[in-house]
Amino acid sequence: MLSLASVSAGYGSFQALFGVSLDVPNGEAVGVIGPNGAGKTTLMRAISGLIPLREGAMSIEGQSIAGMPSHKIIEQGIAHVPENRRLFPRLSVEENLRIGAFIPQARARFAEQLDWVYTLFPKMKDRRDQLAGTLSGGEQQMCAIGRALMSKPKLLLMDEPSAGLAPLVVQQVFELVQRIRAEGLTVLIVEQNVQQVLEVVDRAYLLEVGKIKLSGTAAELKNNNFIRQSYMGL
Amino acid sequence: MDIYLLEAMINGLLLGGVLALLALGLNLIFGVIDVVWIAYADIVMCGMYVLYYLYAQYGVPLPIAFLVAIVSMAAMGVLVHMIIIAPVLESAPINQLLATGGLLFFLQSFATLLFGTDFRNIGVRLPILEIADIYISFSRLLAFGIGLVGAIVLYIFLKRTYIGTAIRAIAQDRDIIGLMGVDQRKIYLVTSAIGGALAGLAACLLALQYDVHPYIGNTFGPVIFMICVLGGLGNMIGGFIASFIISMIIAIGGYYSNTELAYVFAFAFFIVLMFVRPRGLFTR
Repeated sequence: MLSLASVSAGYGSFQALFGVSLDVPNGEAVGVIGPNGAGKTTLMRAISGLIPLREGAMSIEGQSIAGMPSHKIIEQGIAHVPENRRLFPRLSVEENLRIGAFIPQARARFAEQLDWVYTLFPKMKDRRDQLAGTLSGGEQQMCAIGRALMSKPKLLLMDEPSAGLAPLVVQQVFELVQRIRAEGLTVLIVEQNVQQVLEVVDRAYLLEVGKIKLSGTAAELKNNNFIRQSYMGL
Repeated sequence: MDIYLLEAMINGLLLGGVLALLALGLNLIFGVIDVVWIAYADIVMCGMYVLYYLYAQYGVPLPIAFLVAIVSMAAMGVLVHMIIIAPVLESAPINQLLATGGLLFFLQSFATLLFGTDFRNIGVRLPILEIADIYISFSRLLAFGIGLVGAIVLYIFLKRTYIGTAIRAIAQDRDIIGLMGVDQRKIYLVTSAIGGALAGLAACLLALQYDVHPYIGNTFGPVIFMICVLGGLGNMIGGFIASFIISMIIAIGGYYSNTELAYVFAFAFFIVLMFVRPRGLFTR
């Protein structure tokens, strides 16, 4: 579904990604793991058009999206749950969900999508009128995922969904990821929490200093000695 | 209570309605685009001239002249954004201030060149109402009423529509707004149009009470900025409330001394408050 070929990107004179190629097949969940500063967030921001590509090609379902601005990329069916959730803190939960349905094709289906998100996350329905900034960390993550789902994406990008959450809540967030997969969505997820993310994805890439170092199925990576030593502390 | 004091307070309240409209416009633009339009009151001046020429010179019916003034100031807001703000959007705030400050001098000088320095009145004579021995100017009452309706319409727009929700969202997190499918540049243009339209509406209401001349912006400009800072820059509800606080100080101060000193009181109150609450009265 999503395909990147030799993508390079960065900020100003700083280059963060060097010729990254990856594929996210339809219906799969793919993980990108790696240490802090490896370029994982840059990769997500490049895919959703928040930063421009320096080189390389990027396409969804065969259609090129390289060079598109972010507000056009979401119309191609790619929704992005940003790092640290980035809810609009002084909008209510439901207003956050409404802004998630801003694109024309989503506005037409607003009521239907809202029902779907409230069925997935019943807690959000209870808190619909509460300001998003007053939600707990786990609830904010639900709201941020719900906001992205409101656009009815084909592909969901998740940037460190477990960051800054208590261990018990991290567990719940990974359960959410599985529930979303069960809905038939394709997912690309970036995580530092290697052990847990390998439980929910089909395949994963290891990104180190802006380059893909390893890739394989989740099972292969779980048994890879380098990954076990460097990222799982085993 | 002294009936004249009551009268002064009522008139103060009514003046607050128009100031609130301008504070809303300025705060909206600051909150969304993160730029201060120093020349905001001079856009009001332009609106007043549009109204003056249409109504007093060419005899266009007043409601139509009102509408044209509002629409043309909305267009002017868009032009100000495209020509002056957009090129300096990524620059240091001081450069943005210089750019909109330059617009202020440009507009004042250009108006002087075009229209001269004469004070002109649109010549609408509305009656003075007398209610239980209190005299209230009907034009002020009308200005207050229309100003309040304008504020309510703006509130409903920001609360109920997709564009309105996007405008509020962009003020809270502009970096990721594109991920929602919102084109930031479009929202900036819509916001500038609304800001211009509010200035145009205020121009219509002020023209009922004041003569227009090229420097009329200087009469309101500083007061509006003071109100916005007092309410917390970018905080629309704070600015709305602060409008009435300031207009009340001016009205009551004017009753006990004179209008010039009343402004001194208002600014003294403002300065003291800036020491106590430097980020404004209603910061979150």
